[in-house]
Amino acid sequence: MSSMQTGRPRSFFEKVWDDHVIADLGDNTYLLQVDCLFLHEVSGGVALRELQQQGRGVASPDQVYTVNDHVVSIRPERKPGEGRNAVATAMIGETLDASRRFGLTTFPIGDPRQGIVHVISPELGLALPGVTLVCADSHTCTVGGVGSLGWGIGSSEGVHVLATQTLRQVKPRTMRIRFEGELAPGVYAKDLALHLVGRLGANGGIGYAVEFAGSTIRTLPVEGRFTLCNMATEFSARYAFVAPDELTYAYLAGREFAPRGDAWDDALRYWRTLPGDPGATFDAEFVIDASTVAPQVTWGTSPQQVAAIDAQVPDAEQFDDPGARQLLARALDYQRLRPGTRLDSIPIDVAYIGSCTNARLSDLQAAAQVLAGHKVAPGVLAICVPGSTPVKRAAEALGLDQIFRDAGFEWLESGCAMCATGGADRLADKRVISTTNRNFEGRQGPRTRTHLASPATVAASALAGHIADARRR
Amino acid sequence: MESFDRLSAGAAPLMRINIDTDQIIPTRFLLRTTTAGLGEALFADWRLLADGTPNPEFILNRAPWSEARIMLADSNFGCGSSREEAPRALRQAGFRAVIAPSFGEIFFGNCFRNGLLPVRLDADALKLIVTQVEASDGRAQVCVDLVAERVTAPGGETFAFSTPALLRQMLLEGLDEIDLTLGLAQRIEAFREADARRRPWAYARKAGR
Repeated sequence: MSSMQTGRPRSFFEKVWDDHVIADLGDNTYLLQVDCLFLHEVSGGVALRELQQQGRGVASPDQVYTVNDHVVSIRPERKPGEGRNAVATAMIGETLDASRRFGLTTFPIGDPRQGIVHVISPELGLALPGVTLVCADSHTCTVGGVGSLGWGIGSSEGVHVLATQTLRQVKPRTMRIRFEGELAPGVYAKDLALHLVGRLGANGGIGYAVEFAGSTIRTLPVEGRFTLCNMATEFSARYAFVAPDELTYAYLAGREFAPRGDAWDDALRYWRTLPGDPGATFDAEFVIDASTVAPQVTWGTSPQQVAAIDAQVPDAEQFDDPGARQLLARALDYQRLRPGTRLDSIPIDVAYIGSCTNARLSDLQAAAQVLAGHKVAPGVLAICVPGSTPVKRAAEALGLDQIFRDAGFEWLESGCAMCATGGADRLADKRVISTTNRNFEGRQGPRTRTHLASPATVAASALAGHIADARRR
Repeated sequence: MESFDRLSAGAAPLMRINIDTDQIIPTRFLLRTTTAGLGEALFADWRLLADGTPNPEFILNRAPWSEARIMLADSNFGCGSSREEAPRALRQAGFRAVIAPSFGEIFFGNCFRNGLLPVRLDADALKLIVTQVEASDGRAQVCVDLVAERVTAPGGETFAFSTPALLRQMLLEGLDEIDLTLGLAQRIEAFREADARRRPWAYARKAGR
């Protein structure tokens, strides 16, 4: 049963928000209950140490979880607690020690459930519809794919949640983006997401809670919904989500931390009241024809600098705004690209499949479909890092690992890996096509030039040795 | 946390749009177990040459800009990651305020929590201040007043700014946010009791329940 029936039609977001308000603090700021806090090894140990130094304890240890993903080793023989270097190993150790002292549930290397936080939180049934979930990572909005309200926080907010299991939040405006029409063959959630960032711009969602809706979304598999919600932070949405439906419940049923039996039935009854009421209004709303979206690839150094794969690197002439021209010139200089070059002709050095954006089982299946029976082009380094250990094992049970290996991909252990700096030594000064979420200057390595795309596009590009359209294979 | 009420200091302009958190503090400096020493990593990819020596061209490496305690920046400063090391690096490098037309949203909130005041002023006001500051070769002072919510340019022109009331109060009083919240402990407890009856599956989550 959902509470606070005001009699006015409410959107999904308004219902979830209302159900978590502990106090109205004025100034459009509210104290919200936080149902789930995830710590990871980069900031978790630091936050717990600060808490201890403040002489405080963890308010609700059963609602705090520690993962190891950001700086874990991904080599096949990795040992428990092993980081990508000595400092990383120390951070992992400190975070795990502190987590255990405070009685938190942990998912370290060696635990079969270990993986990237935004992959495992729904996999475990910890991200559930209508749950508020926070983590010191800007892609926490990923969990909106199962109708959780997830967002990224700073590490002192993390200490606040540890000490109080609450957070102060400014109530955002609401936006609904409806995708209508069927996705064309070979077009995936990642392409929709990139197209959207291109349309809205890097700032287009500032101050908004964004609901993805429409016929395309209703039939989009849950793993695709994660991808779409994940990328929402790239247009600066504060929250992003898809209201739960039967696909959501089918995904979550039977998961380890999901309710069971009568508790599941009760939860289901509550969740079914959450989708927006007819007549609910939004501060902003628009519709996108999903059927016309083509596979996308970024050309620049911001996710908004993106185009269809058969388009050309743009020219400064195309932009009226001097600020945009300046950005363009700088991006082309860093990326070492010339205006007019067809995107699907740009040679690549590295193909990377991984990250909380696109390394779930369906992503690996989409890539494997392209790779099967073919080989990576000579000179191309190809790497696959599954999103979680369960994903890796499920892929292996289906023989996908063999397809990747036969094609010439490295098949590694799960972690955030090369999304940001994890491969700096191997990716330095290279051109990388990647299923990740950011193409900022230097993110994947010093002087690394990143192009973002879907797993199918990355796979096709690995085979071709240049950015390539998977539909053409 | 150190409080902030008013500051008159030198200001250094770094007028590039969309300066993201990876530029403010490159991720390779985040692999550390302490929160000290971030000041040296500030803008490392711009401040340092490939061999690790200071880049003589970069403004923050040149006097008097290297002593500036206010940063003047352009739109969407601090966009990108939620990492709190970004405002901390600025703070540890000596900055107490950043003035820009707009900030990355997560970064904006994180600034207050780390004793750094983010001030939103429109582009024209900034342009005027930058012009005056550059004309003085960095010697002129800018005044940022959080009590009056006003910036005073070297030439005396004043510009009002607004800050969220609660964050402003905290920064003025050097107060900890957690102390403020724990003052509401009874209401929190009452809410949780009622909520745990309504949504038991969101509480006491152990495997298999």
